[in-house]
Amino acid sequence: MSLFDLRLSELHNRLTTKQLSVAELVDASLSRIAETDVKIGAFLTLNEENARKAASELDAELASGGEKGLLFGIPAGIKDNIVTEGLRTTCGSKFLENYDPIYDATVMKKLRAAQSITVGKLNMDEFAMGGSNENSAYHPVRNPWALDRVPGGSSGGSAAAVAARQAYFTLGSDTGGSIRQPAAYCGVVGLKPTYGLVSRFGLVAFASSLDQIGPITKNVEDSAYVLQAIAGHDERDSTSANVDIPDYLSALTGDVKGLKIGVPREYMGKGIDPQVKERVLEALKVFESMGAHWEEISLPHTDYAVATYYLLASSEASSNLARFDGVRYGVRASNPDNLLDMYRRSRSEGFGPEVKRRIMLGTYALSSGYYDAYYKKAQQVRTLIKRDFDQAFEKYDLIIGPTAPTPAFKIGEQVGDPLTMYLNDICTIPVSLAGVPAISIPCGTADGLPVGLQIIGKHFDEATVLRAAHAFESQTGFHNLRPALS
Amino acid sequence: MSISIKDVEHVANLARLELSDADKEQFAGQLNAILKYAEKLNELHTDEIEPTSHVLPIVNVMRDDAVKPSLTAEKALLNAPEEEDGQFKVPAVLE
Repeated sequence: MSLFDLRLSELHNRLTTKQLSVAELVDASLSRIAETDVKIGAFLTLNEENARKAASELDAELASGGEKGLLFGIPAGIKDNIVTEGLRTTCGSKFLENYDPIYDATVMKKLRAAQSITVGKLNMDEFAMGGSNENSAYHPVRNPWALDRVPGGSSGGSAAAVAARQAYFTLGSDTGGSIRQPAAYCGVVGLKPTYGLVSRFGLVAFASSLDQIGPITKNVEDSAYVLQAIAGHDERDSTSANVDIPDYLSALTGDVKGLKIGVPREYMGKGIDPQVKERVLEALKVFESMGAHWEEISLPHTDYAVATYYLLASSEASSNLARFDGVRYGVRASNPDNLLDMYRRSRSEGFGPEVKRRIMLGTYALSSGYYDAYYKKAQQVRTLIKRDFDQAFEKYDLIIGPTAPTPAFKIGEQVGDPLTMYLNDICTIPVSLAGVPAISIPCGTADGLPVGLQIIGKHFDEATVLRAAHAFESQTGFHNLRPALS
Repeated sequence: MSISIKDVEHVANLARLELSDADKEQFAGQLNAILKYAEKLNELHTDEIEPTSHVLPIVNVMRDDAVKPSLTAEKALLNAPEEEDGQFKVPAVLE
């Protein structure tokens, strides 16, 4: 059994009882990256020297005894839109090619407090805009299950790194599906917490009313472990919720008897690959066999979610990305004629086509004369979509469906057609608009490619989501399937 | 409603982007397709519906107006493309 097969709790046990040194564990991660990342392309920046130094410090600390952090000595990869002091943070953009953050995101402070070690920064679609990782300004990420296919996005590097066993867990961010969809495509576990559960301080903003950081892991127990370390109120993020954080690990009882599950017919209808639908129906049978009940429900405004999302997210992005002006950080065009020329040329040289497209869409939707027709209208439809979930959760504990309509598609297949690309997110976007938590877990394969099952819960009820996901994976073992990548 | 090249130029100016002629053509086509798709929202009657800007019931988060340590000027300037006398330097705004 390789170290990468061990759960975080088992690694914690081995490390703290000195059966394994932190240096060995970090070395295993760095060696695996050196061996495999030429093929995968998951990492944009490595933190090798600092990671090794931190490892030897933790090994020295073991000699002195005392309480050890929850993630003591565990090597992690971090999506490159989470700022890391002294470690280059590019957001997958040329605009920030040489950006060296002067502070740590709150999640990084929390990971440090839990004594995790950052091995590097992970590739992503530029500014988290995309669902295939093809919008990275550096290089695409390849799916470890099939190197000619996309890993999904925008947290494509974060999902591929876990699937390729390069890091023991990673952090991603999810605005419309950017943790869950790549987790599904790469056959790993991706959790988008309730909006506000995890601080966004230090997450480079894309769409502030939707963005949320979450863990990508090999299994559900690890997901609960990492969530425990990063959740909680932060006075530096005024949209972070001041709620009590439960003990997520103790929620993993394996018992789902009597759970009421709603299955939206809109998530199982047109556009859903027949094999994906089949895997979801099989998963529902597993839940039935464990004593849960499911029935078909309707979330009637599902069909409006993608349009709503692209108007709202692009509008927020056009405003958030106004800060990239070449004044305080990032690229500045050479020899500008004047200030305006500097703004225009710096932004035009620094941003890629998808980022420009969304800034244009958002600027248009917010511009004088169109605000009510597009932005306000979309906010009103968002209310209707949120009500669909509120009503369903009056009767059901969980909502279950596919994470994505199809398995991973081929690199280059959808590049010229932004609208088709956007429709890959049809099952994840409504959840983001409602702000509720959801996890994607492996539920088998279709033609050898992983399929993700999406389990959606009530606001701040991550415990029930994790409990159901954990019971399912314990029963089926689909999370043990792995790519042949040697 | 259809977006013309002139509209694209107007929006690009608002967004402080400089686009090539080929970009303008492409964006006009793609934005038209996306906005046409978005027209389906008009199937829904929403006059009485409150807009949702944010899903959590949090408003006006206040804190004490207390002085705390903040970034030093030196640190704030670490990523500056150009600086002079401890300040960010930009091209002249007025001639």
